[in-house]
Amino acid sequence: MPALTLNRRNLLGRALALGAATTLTGCDFDDPSHPDVADRVLNAMSHWNDEVQAALFNPHTLAPTFPASAITRPPRFNAFYDIDKAPQVDLATWRLGLTGRIGDKQPWRIAQLRALPQESQITRLICVEGWRVVGQWSGVRLGDFLRRINADTKARYVSFQCADGYFESIDMESALHPQTILALDFLGAPLTAPFGAPLRLRIPTKLGYKNAKSIVALGVTNQFPSGYWEKQGYNWFGGS
Amino acid sequence: MAHRRPIHPLALRVMHWLNAIAIVTLIGSGWEIYDASPFLPFTFPQWATIGQWLGGAIAWHLAAIWLLMLNGALYLGWGLVTGHFRRKLLPLSLRAVLRDTIAAARFHLPHRPGVYNAVQRLLYLGVIGLGVLAVLSGLAVWKPVQLWPLSDLFGGFFVSRVIHFIAMAGIVLFLVVHLLLVALVPRVLPAMITGGHLPNPESEAAE
Repeated sequence: MPALTLNRRNLLGRALALGAATTLTGCDFDDPSHPDVADRVLNAMSHWNDEVQAALFNPHTLAPTFPASAITRPPRFNAFYDIDKAPQVDLATWRLGLTGRIGDKQPWRIAQLRALPQESQITRLICVEGWRVVGQWSGVRLGDFLRRINADTKARYVSFQCADGYFESIDMESALHPQTILALDFLGAPLTAPFGAPLRLRIPTKLGYKNAKSIVALGVTNQFPSGYWEKQGYNWFGGS
Repeated sequence: MAHRRPIHPLALRVMHWLNAIAIVTLIGSGWEIYDASPFLPFTFPQWATIGQWLGGAIAWHLAAIWLLMLNGALYLGWGLVTGHFRRKLLPLSLRAVLRDTIAAARFHLPHRPGVYNAVQRLLYLGVIGLGVLAVLSGLAVWKPVQLWPLSDLFGGFFVSRVIHFIAMAGIVLFLVVHLLLVALVPRVLPAMITGGHLPNPESEAAE
């Protein structure tokens, strides 16, 4: 009897020590290309959370909209670099490149995008860090655009390449949501460089980091494209 | 050999320690998440947080929450079905709480293994309530759009964050008292690991 007691206590102690050790050490996606045991567990749980969020996602649920008086001024800049490092894009040569499962892959100029019906919204952007801002964006509904270019809307992902090396991807259901837009304007004027000129994704049903800025290419694919922060450990679905 | 009943059944002990792992992970990672955008004039020291950076902390937080929710649901179901809550946590009256609080303050409150005094009952019921509040407010912070009725119920995204923080603070306060009591009556700790034995052979004979 005492031996069993001791054993059980030892086991529990070891389990707790293991828990503490994995909690305190390599649990941080230190080196994403060499995941340790804790990283693998966290990745598996993050994939599970992607699926839960996809199941929770209701294509008819709209993100809250706000009156103009609620708009955050001055707007808050956020990126993985300082504001003066924001990419300067030359509109004369800029094109939106199209790749993947798209019928009409002709690149788009900014004037062509502006000629399409524009959708305006005053919505809240919630950052993964916990802060939030309200802004006004307008542009082309992504769902309308995807249908216009004969994209395969049964494909799983829409991906975005950015002028600053950032990249992102979202699920097709979220891409077709009526509030998901390819924004051209912010606060009633064309986007400026720090806020994603000349074209950014504005998707109020997802967290801030999913809202890719300064887009240069859009892809439709069934191969998981991941994203800049996701490669370092952020959750991919990033739903709000 | 007489079969003696344990103070804490095996199921309760397993759930207690799984809960301990989940709670510690959630608090440590939650502090790191809070630090990314603090709304009070302080941050938690890095050594006390889990995850090392925001991405790691969120990953730990949203992994451990499943352990907490599954284990917590099992605990609530088990407590209701076995009558554990009814027998151990009830009845609870204000008079009994006051009586036992005064007795405890004078160090006159005896520890009776297997029986919770009124202060303990209040603390345990309170921390169960705080746990439920933490989960619900956490869901409201996680999904203010998809779970908008819950978000609205809490008063929106920011208020949900504040309530989530308050629930955490209450749980931490409970943990401080909980650990302090264990330090004062250390013999309760082995019983939560091995189960211990109820010290009352008469009641067994009566069964």
